[in-house]
Amino acid sequence: MKEQIIEILKEIRPEFEFDGVENFFDEGMLDSFDLMTLVASLDERFAVKIDGMDILPENFANVDAIEKLVKRSRAK
Amino acid sequence: MKYRFRDKAITGLAVVVPEHERLFADDMKLFNAPENRSRKLAMVMGYNAHRVVEKGVCASDLAEAGFRHLFDCGRIRPEEIDALIYVTLSPDHFMPPTSCILHGKLGLRRDCFCLDIAQGCCGFVVGLLQAFQLLEQDGVRKAVLVNADVLSRKVSPKDRNSYPLIGDAATIAIVENREGTGEIHADVRFDGTRAMALKVPAGGFRMPSSPETAVMKADSEGNERAPDNLVMDGTAVFNFVMADVPPMLADLVADAGVGFADIDKYYFHQPNRFMLQKLAEKLDVPYDKMPNNVVEHYGNSSGATIPSAMALNDADLLCSKVGKVCFSGFGVGLTYGGIVMNCGNFDFCETITYKGEN
Repeated sequence: MKEQIIEILKEIRPEFEFDGVENFFDEGMLDSFDLMTLVASLDERFAVKIDGMDILPENFANVDAIEKLVKRSRAK
Repeated sequence: MKYRFRDKAITGLAVVVPEHERLFADDMKLFNAPENRSRKLAMVMGYNAHRVVEKGVCASDLAEAGFRHLFDCGRIRPEEIDALIYVTLSPDHFMPPTSCILHGKLGLRRDCFCLDIAQGCCGFVVGLLQAFQLLEQDGVRKAVLVNADVLSRKVSPKDRNSYPLIGDAATIAIVENREGTGEIHADVRFDGTRAMALKVPAGGFRMPSSPETAVMKADSEGNERAPDNLVMDGTAVFNFVMADVPPMLADLVADAGVGFADIDKYYFHQPNRFMLQKLAEKLDVPYDKMPNNVVEHYGNSSGATIPSAMALNDADLLCSKVGKVCFSGFGVGLTYGGIVMNCGNFDFCETITYKGEN
């Protein structure tokens, strides 16, 4: 799943290397607009519906956080 | 607070949009973001085309053109109007109220009640509530609710956060007492502690406009705007909508004695496609019951989006059938509210293009 998440992130911001980064927002790699694009891509690619209440920067800060969120969304 | 009414109905609806259309494909050239990234965002948010007024056109110009059309077609006569409720965040002047300006231009009766309401995204719900309250009076038989805004004039074209989604429009809803239309349930709530999440900082008495307030600066995401421009904390507004609107609506439908599945159509404020889809998912409502295409066709015209969604998607249906609908607006204030009522059998439901006549 991690590889797929990185692939999605690179589709949005191809100029960055996302692996191993602790916080994409602090590093200026994602902004609030990218977050919307990212949620839409994750919903589609993993066939989930990420809850609107979960669309908070901390849930998308790094690859591990995103993976946890997708798994949680799948379980719902 | 919750409100209940009986036997009141929207009997006609007109939407006025300016002829001038801007395309997102042109807007994105002004933003500090690569084209590919902007295109992805556009697909998610529904950015495509938005209608904005030409320089100098006021919201009341759109409304006046709508009224002239309705008078010319015999949809309504000026002397029939007992109350004019004008909801806007873009008044013609600080003084006088724009409803009074329209009253004079349209030749309304001296005893026609005129009221301006400063509301935005929830302005259709708040205005409709006011119309229902006025209709409780014996002397008020036809209340006319106008939602009109030209907020494109307050948004920086270099603000990717707001400019591609903003649109200008005026809508005119005729509201009357009508026997047998049944109970109406409404709920409107406010959170003034977060009032500044959506604002135009300068131009009022707190920060009068000056050469300094017109100076543009870039924010951390590269959007350029001045204190004279509209600014929105998009993340805060999104989180407010997701956290506060669904429980309010759950209370409202329960109070109305129905479930979400019993509602035929959800006409909600139209901030962007993404937010509406997430809201639909949260309420477990199919996307096709909650139109989300006003931003795509016209842009977000503040309080005018709910009637715009009705006319854009269901003009024929609303003139031929009655269904149970849920209106909901949320945003500026922060204000959020909803109305559950039977709606339909309109005498007319039409969209008019403003071409600068007057």
